[in-house]
Amino acid sequence: MDARESSGSASAQKATRDIYLPPERRKISGGDTTHISAKEFSIYYGEFEAVKRVSADILSKYVTAIIGPSGCGKSTFLRSINRMNDLIPSCHTTGALLFDGQDIYGKFTDEVLLRKKVGMVFQKPNPFPKSIFDNIAYGPRLHGVNDKKKLMEIVERSLKKAAIWDEVCDRLDKNALGLSGGQQQRICVARTLAVEPEVLLLDEPTSALDPKATAKIEDLIQELRGSYTIMIVTHNMQQASRVSDSTMFFYEGVLVEHASTAQLFTNPKDPMTEDYITGRFS
Amino acid sequence: MNIGTRKILDRSFTAVGIGSIIVMAIALMIVVLPIITNGIGAVFFTGTVEHRKMLFSEFKRGDSEGLSSEVASSERYRSKVYDMLTGFETELETMAPEKKVEYKAKYAQVRAALQALLGPLPGDSAPMLTRFKYGQTRWEKSEEKLHDLLYESKWDNSNPDVMSKEYFVSRAIGFQGTSLVKLFPYVKDNLEKMLLPEFTVYWGFITDSSVDSHFFGGIWPEIQGTFFLAVGAMLFAFPLGVVAAVYFTEYARPGFLNSMLRSANSTLAGVPSIVFGMFGLAFFINTLKVSESKSVIAGALTLAIMILPTIIRAAEEAILAVPKTYREASLSLGSTKWNTIATVILPAALPGILTGGVISLGRAAGETAPIIFTAAVSVGSAIGLADVFSSPTPALSWNIYNLASEHEAASQIRHVQYGMVLALVSIVLMLNLSAIVLRARISKKLKG
Repeated sequence: MDARESSGSASAQKATRDIYLPPERRKISGGDTTHISAKEFSIYYGEFEAVKRVSADILSKYVTAIIGPSGCGKSTFLRSINRMNDLIPSCHTTGALLFDGQDIYGKFTDEVLLRKKVGMVFQKPNPFPKSIFDNIAYGPRLHGVNDKKKLMEIVERSLKKAAIWDEVCDRLDKNALGLSGGQQQRICVARTLAVEPEVLLLDEPTSALDPKATAKIEDLIQELRGSYTIMIVTHNMQQASRVSDSTMFFYEGVLVEHASTAQLFTNPKDPMTEDYITGRFS
Repeated sequence: MNIGTRKILDRSFTAVGIGSIIVMAIALMIVVLPIITNGIGAVFFTGTVEHRKMLFSEFKRGDSEGLSSEVASSERYRSKVYDMLTGFETELETMAPEKKVEYKAKYAQVRAALQALLGPLPGDSAPMLTRFKYGQTRWEKSEEKLHDLLYESKWDNSNPDVMSKEYFVSRAIGFQGTSLVKLFPYVKDNLEKMLLPEFTVYWGFITDSSVDSHFFGGIWPEIQGTFFLAVGAMLFAFPLGVVAAVYFTEYARPGFLNSMLRSANSTLAGVPSIVFGMFGLAFFINTLKVSESKSVIAGALTLAIMILPTIIRAAEEAILAVPKTYREASLSLGSTKWNTIATVILPAALPGILTGGVISLGRAAGETAPIIFTAAVSVGSAIGLADVFSSPTPALSWNIYNLASEHEAASQIRHVQYGMVLALVSIVLMLNLSAIVLRARISKKLKG
């Protein structure tokens, strides 16, 4: 498997790029640098090794899907990228996880700055119990934007990017919890975008939504592709094949296969991947 | 279990539940109804001309012309009483010595009863205490005093096997054959004209200071003292409690020390309040010397220590009830831990924290034991804000106890005591009500 052996060398870089560049997908400008890179990266909950020695390169501006059965460590891996696992006291890591060449778990890494660059949308829509405006403006305010006009600009831009501006532009002062689940989830995306992150982590963003809202979120991911490095954890294999450029398949904490989505779903190299995508186990 | 048994079980639980609620409601009624009916009597009652005299000379309230015409008309009827008294006094001088002694004793009793009813009689020296300067100010009390004048209370202890029984003998019989015998029917028939009873609404009961240890006047110093103590306790305990709760829930690492601190906190919540009172005296006054002796600040600090565990626990629970997803969302946006607490967690926990706070405020307002040694005095005037560091204050809870048990004439001023109880109950009820309203408002704002 190419991804597992990848190092920083030029040939490996090229190999990684190949994962992302299936013939039928358009190439993204600037999308040929490694953004996030795992090297023999393991995550432990106490004694239990939830993610086992994963090595992978994730290119910037592309969409990477992570699939696998429940409990395979895919969410844990995703949450380690912006250090949300820090909230679990027993969690610790070995190996290296690099973001722009810097170790995410390094001694001197500021997790607050990291999270500003690596935004996250969660499984359940979780807007704050505040107005829509305050929800979107929460991040910018944290990072020092207090000018009302500027905030309004950011809010409008973020809501437009998240394709929800038309639905909420006349009720920005209403509580965000009054919206439907799908709208709330797009508010959460907009809230994350307002901080202007480089990476967007989506942790099963549609599992709590109905098919119509799911379609909207998928369209949104397609629109954001090329502007952000997007990683999406999903249980839904059709969704992974629809929205992603490359796919990682995890099984029991091991990264079994990392290939371009087209290849992984049509011609998997590993028999386990084949069993999973054909539905022999889940 | 078959379906029939299950249904019977469910129904019997419902019946027991409803039954216990009804029993509780009845018990509450039995306690609260007399408080309300008697307490309202402190403000709404049938007042006599003596009450209006008192108001005018003690509080400079009322219309002086109307009062003097009232006094004049009552004096017209009273002067006949005075005439009868002087008539009897001259008669007394002409009596045989042994008879004179007998009648003098009886006459002194009559005079005392008349003084209680009408105030100082002509020929009396000016009384020292305000309570003796006026007759009965309340009509229902004057009817009792009239009974005292008309009848002499005696005790029947002829049968040593049973308890003595009180019985009444008409005083008029004792004065048979003297000129004074006419006095009793006269006073009985003309009492209304001498006292001029009239429905009175005395709001001053809430806003006036007391006169001569609650014989007259109102309970404002007590209300204000209660307010100072409760709010003062809150000023110390609320910020401290919230900070401690944030520490326990967000910063403390689970471990031996943490669990020790938590169980210590729970234990403190169950310590009897009198212990806090002793602690306040020993620590704040004797050791720290926050004031030379009892003072509002010492009492407020003691109350603060008493309500602190409750506030901490309420706040802790409110913070723990905030969904984890809010925390994740805030942190994932690049917020610091402190920012997350201040801008997301505390606002979301606010309804619960405030509820705990207001309930504690009510408790601080109602507690007696912690302020006995640290802040409360039975009689005093309202103190200014500048005096809270040096002077003690009367307070509702302590004065209710004092009026019920230690006051020298407790039975004569029951209406004041009930008025205080009603005031305290209303204050605590209002606080709790405002907590409910506040909580509902904030929750509504949070839910959208």
